[in-house]
Amino acid sequence: MSTGTAQAQTATGTVCAVRDLVKTYPAARGRRGAPATPEVRATDGISLDVRRGEIFGLLGPNGAGKSTLVRQLTGLMRPDSGSVEMLGHDLVRHPERASRLIGYLGQESTALDELTVSLAAETTGRLRGLAVREARAARDAVLEELGLTDIAARPLKKLSGGQRRLACFAATLVGERPVLILDEPTTGMDPVARRAVWAAVDRRRAEHGTTVLLVTHNVIEAETVLDRVAVLERGKVIACDTPTGLKERVAGEVRVELVWRDRAPLDVPEVAVLRQSAQESGRRWVLRLGPDEARAAVAAVTGGAAFAALDDFTLATPSLEDVYLALGGDATQGLVKA
Amino acid sequence: MYGRAGTERERHQVTSIVPAEAAGARTTAGSGSAAEGGTEDRTGGVAAPLAPRARLFPSLAAVYRAQLSRARVARIPLLFVATFQSVGIMILMRGVVDGGSEARAVVAGSSVLVVAFVALNLLAQYFGQLRAGGGLDHYATLPVPPAAVVLGAAGAYASFTVPGTIVTAVTGSVLFQLPMTHLWVLVAVIPLAGAALSGLGAALGLLAPRQELATLLGQLGMSAALLLGVLPAGRMPAPIGWARDLLPSTYGVEALSRSFDAHPDWAVVVLDLAVCAVVGVLSLAVATWAYRRAAVR
Repeated sequence: MSTGTAQAQTATGTVCAVRDLVKTYPAARGRRGAPATPEVRATDGISLDVRRGEIFGLLGPNGAGKSTLVRQLTGLMRPDSGSVEMLGHDLVRHPERASRLIGYLGQESTALDELTVSLAAETTGRLRGLAVREARAARDAVLEELGLTDIAARPLKKLSGGQRRLACFAATLVGERPVLILDEPTTGMDPVARRAVWAAVDRRRAEHGTTVLLVTHNVIEAETVLDRVAVLERGKVIACDTPTGLKERVAGEVRVELVWRDRAPLDVPEVAVLRQSAQESGRRWVLRLGPDEARAAVAAVTGGAAFAALDDFTLATPSLEDVYLALGGDATQGLVKA
Repeated sequence: MYGRAGTERERHQVTSIVPAEAAGARTTAGSGSAAEGGTEDRTGGVAAPLAPRARLFPSLAAVYRAQLSRARVARIPLLFVATFQSVGIMILMRGVVDGGSEARAVVAGSSVLVVAFVALNLLAQYFGQLRAGGGLDHYATLPVPPAAVVLGAAGAYASFTVPGTIVTAVTGSVLFQLPMTHLWVLVAVIPLAGAALSGLGAALGLLAPRQELATLLGQLGMSAALLLGVLPAGRMPAPIGWARDLLPSTYGVEALSRSFDAHPDWAVVVLDLAVCAVVGVLSLAVATWAYRRAAVR
């Protein structure tokens, strides 16, 4: 959904330079009902460069350190060591400047829940330093742009999860900022709302060169929206490239998915061989194979005895999820394909 | 007070994005240590302009208005509860006290109890919930002065108490046949007792390490205001009397109760209210400090 035009306009300047960011959560002693937790390095020497006008993604499962990194970038948390340079400002030394450079959409809406959509957007704009009249004009424009005008008078609490998320996104956009940091902005949204979000983001990129840092664990969204992505695993960046560039790392491979009717016909020798390289989950097998092997495998299961036992099969080029697995990521269940 | 001079300078120096790119390039090259022109930025002062800060009073007004609007969505039932509770207590106490100074104490105590219920108890719960639910992040990532958030919320909660307090004071005056001539003193009692109690409530809510503890402290504070404010002081043992003197709501109760005299001693009333004001300023300052501390962890 990301427009290529905005990407083409991207200048090469660095908007946000992160160097060796480290944050360690101290070990917690066990209390009643809560077991002791060991010391955790939530961000373990993270370095990144985000360029002007790009949509830069942070992809990783829960607990990979995405949110900790975002809290450090938005001035909500002081890193133990390392530096964050945003548009020439040292945000480790001056965390209070972050709010004057960044529009931040967090995961929680507690502060806005009992306000109407309209008042949530207007108040946020005023707290971003706009005068009453400016805040109201910006509010009306953003609500119109995102298609929220009809529900402007309803409290966020009474909205569905996706609508509430969209309302919070609207509040984030009132009061322009050169950098937007969005923590899983489209969670729970229907396709229409998602399109509205990405259209609004693209428009700001094209018109103002806005830079977007997006936290996501949705691989499909990551592939379609992001210009570049950093893959996080246990507080470290294990890869950073364009989605296409990352996928080229596993370009020699094809993803084969087999679904058996009730169980795999292991008496067929070819199937028994395939099993060795398959990732099994119930009746479903997932294999990553070279093109020739994949062809042979498909021929084997679609002919003869094996075909009778086969319910469905798919061949696909690898997704970012495959990249993540190939890079050594081990928490597959943390990434979502939707 | 951080780097105000530096900020002004940045605003004058930089209007285009090109210097920011240059800065970025230099940082990427790993030589971001050159400090030019005496600015405090390591990149040598070629930083992008910062958006303006939200000023104290406009943002206070915005927070106040937003908080007030929450009453429509969430708080109305609780405001009724506060009033019913106080009126109920007065009806009960009618069988125990028979006029005189004790009746005045009951009416004044019940009226201020409405303030304690909403400003202390509910505000402590609100800030506890906001902190636990990550809601403070919303404010902490906006360029708004901490005092605006705390004062705006405290002011709104103090305002919530106005109708309940007036209804309770008038009902009590009728029940115990007290003169209503000087009830106008509520105009000073509500905001000052409101400031003291909401400051205390905000501070408790923001300082409590866990949400349940914030709720508990709010409830305890209100119970203290109930017992020490409504029960006639003359019958209390000395240590409880001292505790009563420590509770800021006591001074609001005293001020209101004195105003039921035919010829109130205004100097003492003013002194009582001054105590409320001082406690209000101090507790709101503590709450603002607690907010800063809670917002950036």
